Amino acid sequence: MDETLRELGAHIAEALPDAIDEIVVAYGELTVTVPGAEVVKVLTFLRDDPSCRFVSFIDICGVDWPKREKRFDVVYHLLSPTLNARIRVKAETDETTPVPSATSVFAGALWFEREAYDMYGILFSGHPELRRLLTDYGFDGYPLRKDFPTTGFVEVRYDDERKRVVYEPVKLAQEFRNFDFLSPWEGPDYVLPGDEKASAPKAG
Amino acid sequence: MNAAVSTTSAKTTDPNVRNFQINFGPQHPAAHGVLRLVLELDGEIVERVDPHIGLLHRGTEKLIETKTYTQAMPYFDRLDYVAPMNQEHAFCLAVERLLGVTVPKRGQLIRVLYSEIGRILSHMLNVTTQAMDVGALTPPLWGFEEREKLMVFYERASGSRMHAAYFRPGGVHQDLPRQLVQDILDWIDPFLKVCDDLEGLLTDNRIFKQRNVDIGIVSLEDAFAWGFSGVMVRGSGAAWDLRKSQPYECYDELEFDIPIGKNCDNYDRYCIRMEEMRQSAYIMRQCCQRLLNETGPVSAVDNKIVAPKRGEMKRSMEALIHHFKLYTEGFHVPAGEVYAAVEAPKGEFGVYLVSDGTNKPYRCKIRAPGFAHLQSMDFMCRGYMLADVSAILGSLDIVFGEVDR
Repeated sequence: MDETLRELGAHIAEALPDAIDEIVVAYGELTVTVPGAEVVKVLTFLRDDPSCRFVSFIDICGVDWPKREKRFDVVYHLLSPTLNARIRVKAETDETTPVPSATSVFAGALWFEREAYDMYGILFSGHPELRRLLTDYGFDGYPLRKDFPTTGFVEVRYDDERKRVVYEPVKLAQEFRNFDFLSPWEGPDYVLPGDEKASAPKAG
Repeated sequence: MNAAVSTTSAKTTDPNVRNFQINFGPQHPAAHGVLRLVLELDGEIVERVDPHIGLLHRGTEKLIETKTYTQAMPYFDRLDYVAPMNQEHAFCLAVERLLGVTVPKRGQLIRVLYSEIGRILSHMLNVTTQAMDVGALTPPLWGFEEREKLMVFYERASGSRMHAAYFRPGGVHQDLPRQLVQDILDWIDPFLKVCDDLEGLLTDNRIFKQRNVDIGIVSLEDAFAWGFSGVMVRGSGAAWDLRKSQPYECYDELEFDIPIGKNCDNYDRYCIRMEEMRQSAYIMRQCCQRLLNETGPVSAVDNKIVAPKRGEMKRSMEALIHHFKLYTEGFHVPAGEVYAAVEAPKGEFGVYLVSDGTNKPYRCKIRAPGFAHLQSMDFMCRGYMLADVSAILGSLDIVFGEVDR
């Protein structure tokens, strides 16, 4: 299984030498990392090449890594019914650099790109109607970004006096609880209280 | 091209004809939930469909990022709430692949058994309500009785009719009582009779055929490009089923057939769903017979992942520690990313799981089949009549829990 995926990866790298950054096979899955600008070229090749035939579009989603210089991964999943194989294509981008839209290659990318835009604010150039999809009408912010609080910023309720639904800032009766579960026995990357003494020079 | 131009010019010159824009839903029985469709009509012909979704958006993916793997699992019941365990299955498979855990045979058989129950639950709802959308009232009354019995089987296994939380990473939560397996086995033959009765109502029904034959045609090439899966590609002639092509659990040891359509329309998809229910019943029979004859653990025995049973916890200190740690901190999953997909009743339900090595998923993208199907409403309905919109929508098999997530 892994061997055929490696061969497939080598074939893709050979055909598109300047559009592929990295090819990894892990957990029985093939991942191809490409520069953001080359996404459409790579996807078109994967769809049309007779020994790939990744014609079935599966998914587009974003992943947020706030500490990275280019914070977003745009992840494409494709399926080849002829090879019975899956492939994952990843491209990096940031808040301002648009990724070329895959809608010209796969019609089904329409909503998946809208969702990625809605959830992360990832921009897609050439998308016919890049507007919000899942969030409320008039929603502000990008909820799946790591710096967006899980509780959000506004809540709605029906105001009986004004006879309509009103938006108000979130009031939490109890603070949102998020425990640090990293076990001190399994090596967290911070210094436990008291441990700083271990490396300090001994007196006397 | 020329013809199109001439019709538009004829339209603009005729003062009595104007385009209508109507709202379909969000509160409409044929919208199968909270779908709002903005339809642009030329007379009764649909010119454009703009689905507005998100009215049931609960931020499941965000919530999962703040929960441990065990706590995240029940969210999957609430996605496609018509076939809850099939969703859990995809998540469990993703976690298991990252952890490198294998499920014992009996656990696999129970999972397959309940996945097929889920498939019948979903197809039964879809076939009968789609028939109701096109005017038949009896099918839902007959079909829901069987769904009720299946939900009782859910309840007897997990304690809950719908939100089961029964599949766990490593296996299933509890073993099935022997009597339950026997009762499921006894349910199968009467159910096949109900399938025949339903087919008697619908398959050759003149009205049903008039509303469904040659409606909602989609070619295989388009189906793949739009991200269709499951019945939607099989209806267009692809012999593609993840249970056969990329078998998970013990599907490769079971005998069943994959029905495919050739006319790519609503009616073919209806026929496929009817046949798939029968095939699911055959799979269930094989599982039940093996469950009655074979014994063994239903879950992996690694106590670093699967919590010990309560009785054991009361007696063993070791078990108590494991129980406490697993229900507070949860287990840690090695860093990496996987995409695990199952053949859910509605199509390929996938979970793209990114782990950073902690006890919580870093990112969990839920790839719902209904989302990909619903976005093609515009493409599929263009040029059809207004009344066909609800027939096509019913045939797409949409459940809003998974579309909006």
